[in-house]
Amino acid sequence: MSNLLEVQNLSVKFPTRNGIFEAVRNISFSLGRERLGIVGESGSGKSLTGRAILRLIKKPGILEADHITLEGTNLLQISKKAMRRVRGHKISMIMQDPKFSLNPVMRIGDQISEAYRLHARASKKDARKKTLDMLEKVLIRDPERVFRSYPHEMSGGMGQRIMIAMMLIPDPKILIADEPTSALDVTVQKEVLEIMDDLVRERGMGLIFISHDLNVVSAFCDRVLILYAGRIVETCRADRLHEAKHPYTIGLLNSIPRLEQPVEHLQVLQRDTAWNLEPSVSGVVADGETPS
Amino acid sequence: MTEKTETGIELDQVNIWFGEDEQRVDAVINAGFAVPPGGSFGLVGESGSGKSTILRAITGLAPTWSGNISVLGNRLGEKRDKEFYRAVQMVFQDPYASLHPRQTVDHVLSEALHLHGFDNPDKRIAQILDDVGLKQSFRFRWPHQLSGGQRQRVAIARALIIEPSILLLDEPTSALDVSVQAEILNLLKRLQSERDLTYLMVSHDLAVVSHMCSEIGVMNQGEIVEMLDVAALRALEASHPYTKQLLDASVQKRRE
Amino acid sequence: MSIPDACPQKQITWREWLTTDTPASRRQARLSVWYHSWLAFRSNLMAMFGLTILLALVLIGLFAPILAPQDPFAQDLAARLSAPGVNGYMFGSDSLGRDILSRLIYGSRITLYIVSLVALMAPVAGLFVGTAAGYLGGWVDVVLMRITDIFLAFPRLVLALAFVSALGAGIENAVLAIVLTAWPPYARIARAETLTIRNADFIHAIKLQGAGTLRVITRHIWPLCISSLVVRVTLDMAGIILVAAGLGFLGLGAQPPSPEWGAMISDGRRFILDHWWVATMPGLAIFIVSLAFNLLGDGLRDVLDPKKSSQ
Repeated sequence: MSNLLEVQNLSVKFPTRNGIFEAVRNISFSLGRERLGIVGESGSGKSLTGRAILRLIKKPGILEADHITLEGTNLLQISKKAMRRVRGHKISMIMQDPKFSLNPVMRIGDQISEAYRLHARASKKDARKKTLDMLEKVLIRDPERVFRSYPHEMSGGMGQRIMIAMMLIPDPKILIADEPTSALDVTVQKEVLEIMDDLVRERGMGLIFISHDLNVVSAFCDRVLILYAGRIVETCRADRLHEAKHPYTIGLLNSIPRLEQPVEHLQVLQRDTAWNLEPSVSGVVADGETPS
Repeated sequence: MTEKTETGIELDQVNIWFGEDEQRVDAVINAGFAVPPGGSFGLVGESGSGKSTILRAITGLAPTWSGNISVLGNRLGEKRDKEFYRAVQMVFQDPYASLHPRQTVDHVLSEALHLHGFDNPDKRIAQILDDVGLKQSFRFRWPHQLSGGQRQRVAIARALIIEPSILLLDEPTSALDVSVQAEILNLLKRLQSERDLTYLMVSHDLAVVSHMCSEIGVMNQGEIVEMLDVAALRALEASHPYTKQLLDASVQKRRE
Repeated sequence: MSIPDACPQKQITWREWLTTDTPASRRQARLSVWYHSWLAFRSNLMAMFGLTILLALVLIGLFAPILAPQDPFAQDLAARLSAPGVNGYMFGSDSLGRDILSRLIYGSRITLYIVSLVALMAPVAGLFVGTAAGYLGGWVDVVLMRITDIFLAFPRLVLALAFVSALGAGIENAVLAIVLTAWPPYARIARAETLTIRNADFIHAIKLQGAGTLRVITRHIWPLCISSLVVRVTLDMAGIILVAAGLGFLGLGAQPPSPEWGAMISDGRRFILDHWWVATMPGLAIFIVSLAFNLLGDGLRDVLDPKKSSQ
């Protein structure tokens, strides 16, 4: 089984008044048919990494990489038009807040079926049927009613399910989820994650899960990249996150208050400037190999 | 409560609603709890549970309420007087929204002092910056020159510089990274013991509330469904089904 | 930081002192914000062009007696309606043989006078009404905004005309008439800004510190409204100059022999076919100044617009 996506030496830079700011610095990673978590704090470059894969870095930002290869094609060398076909068809993205991703004056059903029709050139009737199917798959109880509703009539959890339905309907190979549940309540969070997980597994897709929440990532992903100041400082299997070795990861894990383990004072992460200078760890896993 | 004379905050049969008549939406129904002076009480719930609305009613930002709210033994009416604001201060959720974008740290802190007629502003500002762990060089910076954690420290400094005895905390760390959250929570804990503050904290995060508070009220759809102390919470001894569900979700998130 | 307040140490240039992220005094903090705005403004070429023209206008107004080649009121009927360049009139002369260039130079004073009076009065009135309506809400809002609507419903020039004819012609009355018709849009803008600001946490925070309504409005809401008003005023200036010129043209603004640009055009109207310069020169002056204000306003919007600059 081969890797779906390979990213080599990806950098994202922004020119500022005081010189060039490197938000993402020379990171490399691969994605197979797995759930890859990218964790980091705000400003670590995790969201930019997700956007960079889709070439969604806005000017004056500069995107550089040796290659970003999706199933043998280098995404950096294809035309803008071809890239638009990749987005949505091969790689879909779910953002934190569904409110900003849905058109507020269009019925939900129309939005999803339009996404499908653009992709599959299906008839209106087929698209409608497929949409209702998909809404059912994200465990929406009354798909007919949701089909006719407008986005503002939906709760946050519902909205995110709808986004998942809409993003998965063209059958992409890869789903990039950027903090998909951070705006949701804990009880809803679990449901949405489970729905996403089931669908991704069922279709043998690759998932890039971007989050600041170490707990969620370790529970939900197969493999984790830990980003700090635009670099991968550590990569490990998600279920072995508690055995992490890099002081940053350890510090981050220890700074979270825990319900079952009361402490008088939380450990505070002592940032070491040396971390900024360390070379990025490679997140590439050779084809067919299971990460250790 | 047993000691009637010594109360920090006391709520009794408080209802809060928005709109009138047909459009009336009940945000909080029959809430009641008491926080002793120097104590810390946490309200946990999900969005829309009415937990922040209680803080707003106490501070007078949500005007339509009934029942009995008393602060330091004084029953609150329609209006809040200067004495109230002197005694009760609040830290908001989003440090990016709670600082005026065109005011320096110095301006924010001096204005607080000016409003309550404090003398010696230079000394007090230097002292409070020290207390919240900001270097003196931060005094003349603008909000856009500060990180989220630094902003929240300024917000805490603004609240504490007029020496209140009660601090209302509305999700003070939910907009911050976990490592910064730890710093702010430690700071709040230290300040509480140093200044003998009474805390009323609102959060969606059970772990954060149980770290900060000794007594916890769980809110769901406008009602406090269960009150329990932190030991019971840590032992996962909840009796109400909603509390169980909440505990489940918070603990399972990490296991599986 | 150990940078002394007034005189930065030698190894630190003024530029570094101004662009620092760690200001050490109130003054430095404020100056550095201004300096950053200036840097942003300076990079906008068209806006700089507009600013240059307006600065030149101010200088021309200031030094009119030195710059003007002749007395703007001196008539020379023998040399009336001289073409540009003839008889030593660079821009020609008008129907009474007055030097058009000198009249334009002196006329810039009147334009500046009108512009600054309107700019001082209309937005301030709008700011008062708009922020009060927006912040207080309820019946205050209803009453104030209905009054605003009434003023907005009148065609600008017609209301100004009625006002001037009631009070008598003259620059001051023309300015009053313009202000009367110009403030409602500013009230609208200020109210809209206030509505978005009033529920911000930083306003709640200052209320919880015990600040009264007046203080909240003047110290906390005004500073955030002013920038969008400044932008709007600058963009409106062109229109205001045109209305002032229009009133002058209709004989309701500045009275002869005052060299107001609109009145000059009106004067030249009779000769427009044979002696184009009499009406064209003041027309060009109005055009250039209006353009300059528009360019400046565009540049200011980029720098000041809170929706863009807030981070």
